[in-house]
Amino acid sequence: MAKITYREALNQAMCNEMERDDRVFLMGEEVAEYNGAYKVSQGMLDKFGPKRVIDTPITELGFAGLGVGAAMAGLRPIIEFMTWNFAILAADQIVNAAAKMKYMTAGQYNCPMVFRGAGGAAARVSSQHSQAFENWYANIPGLKVVMPSNPADAKGLLAASIRDNDTVIFIENEINYGDIGEVPEGEYIIPLGKADIKRVGKDITLVAHSRMTGYALAAAEELAKMGIDAEVVDPRTIRPLDEATILASVAKTNRAVVIEEGWRFAGIGAEISARIMEKGFDDLDAPVARVTGKDVPMPYAANLENHALPSVADIVEAARVTCNRA
Amino acid sequence: MTGKKTQEQAAGLTQEGRFYSAERLHAMHGMMLYIRRFEEKAGQMYGLKKIGGFCHLCNGQEAVCVGMEEASESTDYMMTSYRDHGHIIARGTEPTAVMAELLGRAGGVVGGKGGSMHMFDVEKNFAGGNGIVGEQVPIGLGFAFASQYRGDKRVSITIMGDGGVNQGAVYESFNMAALWKLPVVFVIENNQYAMGTSLSRASAETHLYKRGISFKVPGIQVDGMDVLEVERKMGEAIEHARSGQGPIIVEMMTYRYRGHSMSDPATYRTRDEVDEWRTGRDPIARLQKQMIEAGLATEAEFKQKDKDIKKEVVAVAKAAEAQPEPDLSVLWDDILTDEIPNAYPYPRQVG
Ligand SMILES: Cc1ncc(C[n+]2csc(CCOP(=O)(O)OP(=O)(O)O)c2C)c(N)n1
Ligand SMILES: [Mg+2]
Repeated sequence: MAKITYREALNQAMCNEMERDDRVFLMGEEVAEYNGAYKVSQGMLDKFGPKRVIDTPITELGFAGLGVGAAMAGLRPIIEFMTWNFAILAADQIVNAAAKMKYMTAGQYNCPMVFRGAGGAAARVSSQHSQAFENWYANIPGLKVVMPSNPADAKGLLAASIRDNDTVIFIENEINYGDIGEVPEGEYIIPLGKADIKRVGKDITLVAHSRMTGYALAAAEELAKMGIDAEVVDPRTIRPLDEATILASVAKTNRAVVIEEGWRFAGIGAEISARIMEKGFDDLDAPVARVTGKDVPMPYAANLENHALPSVADIVEAARVTCNRA
Repeated sequence: MTGKKTQEQAAGLTQEGRFYSAERLHAMHGMMLYIRRFEEKAGQMYGLKKIGGFCHLCNGQEAVCVGMEEASESTDYMMTSYRDHGHIIARGTEPTAVMAELLGRAGGVVGGKGGSMHMFDVEKNFAGGNGIVGEQVPIGLGFAFASQYRGDKRVSITIMGDGGVNQGAVYESFNMAALWKLPVVFVIENNQYAMGTSLSRASAETHLYKRGISFKVPGIQVDGMDVLEVERKMGEAIEHARSGQGPIIVEMMTYRYRGHSMSDPATYRTRDEVDEWRTGRDPIARLQKQMIEAGLATEAEFKQKDKDIKKEVVAVAKAAEAQPEPDLSVLWDDILTDEIPNAYPYPRQVG
């Protein structure tokens, strides 16, 4: 296995799928000549040419809709949003068109496509550029929502998303783009809808996705020093959610903390903790705890931003308290 | 000012029939130079990691900032994108507060919450500082609507880039503005690039001042590297809007000398191209030359002025840096106006 970055892993997945299937194309702002705002599409224009790697004007609603139409007409678009903050402009096409098309047409049309780009908080970019939207999209029937936390998952999940016959909301993380990890070479597919146990433990389950998985793993190391053996579960696909893996872990540990970078109200943690309550109530020795971003727009100042985001210490504290409860 | 002309002959220069006093020319020149040196300082501070996140400088575009400000009333509304330092300084906001914002300090224009992209100053009628491309355009329309609604003759100066002009909401705004004859001047800062995308790779019609034709919004093109032309043409455009004739588009032909943001190496354009603008069309050098030729200043005076401005900017940066970071309690301020304390999510607690 080669050690490559998260961004290179995404690049490999796209290149492999484009070599394999000539219906697949990549479209978005700065994806071609600039090699991607975050260099995820590095070299792809040279490899596939301007017919398949296409720079757009800054018109998110327009090119998202183009993607929907192209998918309905039989192509396999990968539509890149420079970040998910800008995809809000395209929300109509994603929510009202892509997500509904199969249902509204009684299966006459479907939208096999991937909307992808960076989500979550980047560093010091303030309120309009630091937001987690996975709960918005996860709320919508007709969409799948995928969020890789490491390079290998990035490759395997993106390849699976491109092959999937539905619309996949694929949310990457800007801060993770440079992360290095071992990634299988060649074709590598991770089926959607399968969580992954990133660390085995017996005392408490930490459920975390995207960048927060790394935080949960770091917290688990801290907790180990306190004699608490944490299991870390990464759902990887947010919708549909592999609740079986989460519930099996909680059945073993009897305690859980759900972690997310986004806001608490109606967040992913709310959904996961509700499922644990509904289906794993008898396994619980303590209420499920949530660690989330603070209920504020992201501020710019370094100290405020730090304070707004969840920290490893927050996770350790929540796990410690949960473990100490009868 | 310079004593080169006799008292009875008002010192100044006339361009296209419009007279500019020496004093005014010095002020315009001083402001452009100030913005240039301020941006250079900001670039330096970014290099030292004292400024974080995205930071977009406007070096090269100073004539647009200053000429537009000169042409407008302080009661007129102005809003722009994230490339906002020059505009807010030209509007008269305290530069120390702008620098403090860049540094994330308590005395920043928005208390350190916004940073480079989100400069606002309600007292100067400056409504941002908007980070989403094109976002400010319909907002600018709303300010124009409010002006018409109240009948107070204020004009909304709504600024966007050559990339931003492709957002759909811009055309929705053109249509509504023309339909209701709203007092708005749509300014397009055509600096030839949207990030790494040159104008012709993003726009089929590259004459952006024509973009309003099918909406019956007239447009003019202006040399945005000539502060006097900007002042004059912008003045006419504002008058058009103020007099009830409706919206107008002003395309400012300009150039950004630096990369799109501090993290952009700008390898998509040639050094020759940059030099052509930088040395051939620089707005500050151009005005200096005009003023020297008109006998209103000397090379030596400009050199001294530059030294003084650089010193001022250093002092501003020092003062801003000496400020404390915002108090942690402000994290929870200004989310809602009417907080509802007894309902979840409870204000100042959740997370
Ligand atoms: C809706 C949206 N899409 C994409 C971006 C990312 N982005 C920031 S600036 C920019 C280029 C804008 O260029 P232009 O409008 O010409 O303004 P300039 O930067 O040249 O002043 C892009 C694509 C964004 N901030 N918002
Ligand atoms: Mg531009």
